Amino acid sequence: MRLLTHNLLACHARACTTTSNNFPLIFKDVQVELIQAEPNPDFIKGFLPKIEWNALVKTARSLGQDVLPEQSPDFSKPLNDEALLNSLHHILLEIHIMEGQMICPNCSHIYQIRSGIPNMLLAEHEINK
Amino acid sequence: MSRPEHIAPPEIFYGDVEATKYTANTRVQTIQAEMTERAVELLMLPEHRKPALILDIGCGSGLSGEILTEHGHEWIGMDISPSMLEVALERETEGDIMLADVGQGCGFRAGSFDGAISISVLQWLCNADSTSHSPAQRLSTFFTSLYSSLSRGSRAVFQFYPESDEQVKFIMTFATKAGFGGGLVVDFPNSRKAKKFYLVLWVGGEMAVGPNGETAKQELPQALMHEHEGEAGSSGPTSVKYEKRRSDRSKVKGKGKKKSGESTKDYILRKKELYRKRGKEDVPKDSRYTGRKRKDAF
Ligand SMILES: C[S@@+](CC[C@H](N)C(=O)[O-])C[C@H]1O[C@@H](n2cnc3c(N)ncnc32)[C@H](O)[C@@H]1O
Ligand SMILES: [Zn+2]
Repeated sequence: MRLLTHNLLACHARACTTTSNNFPLIFKDVQVELIQAEPNPDFIKGFLPKIEWNALVKTARSLGQDVLPEQSPDFSKPLNDEALLNSLHHILLEIHIMEGQMICPNCSHIYQIRSGIPNMLLAEHEINK
Repeated sequence: MSRPEHIAPPEIFYGDVEATKYTANTRVQTIQAEMTERAVELLMLPEHRKPALILDIGCGSGLSGEILTEHGHEWIGMDISPSMLEVALERETEGDIMLADVGQGCGFRAGSFDGAISISVLQWLCNADSTSHSPAQRLSTFFTSLYSSLSRGSRAVFQFYPESDEQVKFIMTFATKAGFGGGLVVDFPNSRKAKKFYLVLWVGGEMAVGPNGETAKQELPQALMHEHEGEAGSSGPTSVKYEKRRSDRSKVKGKGKKKSGESTKDYILRKKELYRKRGKEDVPKDSRYTGRKRKDAF
């Protein structure tokens, strides 16, 4: 799972239906692999408005990556900062979380990650109906 | 022939043996590819949203996702069968995949996706696999969470195998309750073999068409028909376009593209070889990477 996906995932357990504290899920004991991806600046530009910047910066830092500026760039203007686009490409598309856990900051539900696949299944009593 | 969803729950039906068999079957590969192509066409993604981020609901071993990759899109796939996901890993599909039961909801932030596809999955959601399972409840949870995870003006397209007209209505009730507009497109309605059902849903009555907020009214796309089906005496609708299937796959770069007549194993081997080559040729000597993959060394 790449950070692109992590930046979109919130806890969907029943305990978290009315909170906004269910995002971002916090990584614990993770193993990371870097897998080179072909540059795709058009995709990155299209994806920019969807990024939760603070969560991305915080998550990247928790993995020892601090290339992103703390302050969110102004996404209402076209982004032509090549260095920033390259950083985003690396952070969003090349860092793969292979093993470990994602923990909900609100309800503490643990989502396991094995072979790069997060397990998002909920137990019967956790399902939001 | 009995319907797979009546035999066992999906994660049991698509166990190790079936997942491998399913994915290696060239007929399955061809049909899933064709139906995915049609689903992508029905998404009607505007040019300024390409390449897009697409959700693949019930992604399985990645046969549908690979077509999204061929179109240059990024995708995230969800599936309930660990065995199918295992095969997807072996095939090194490009999308991110996760183990999830979509009947429990999707869990993505609002507006995450530019579109969603689901190929040969929806009929599974109409089945109760345990006493605590209520198809109505699950469809409702599913459509509500899907609706919120799609961006305004976008679409979700489901190719599926409905059991009956009642089942289509049943599904549509929950989609509508969740806020979706849309309806059913039946391709080749008069051909027993080629007939295919696509549920086309949209978020908001206007679809995004241009980069500066231009919109157009959402309308149900026309069904495909064989040329002879439109002739006098046919029971098909008369308004349909006699559209020849044109595939824009050939326009896309060969990335991940399967050569016709190639077995899955050969395909994977070729793809791996390709990655190996790419790793060598694309990566400069001073790169932090030694190949396509490398253990992290932060
Ligand atoms: C016929 S396969 C299609 C897979 C893929 N879309 C393709 O075109 O090859 C149907 C898939 O739906 C998945 N599925 C069924 N019910 C599901 C559910 N509730 N949540 C997630 N996936 C489900 C099955 O595990 C299976 O992989
Ligand atoms: Zn939670």
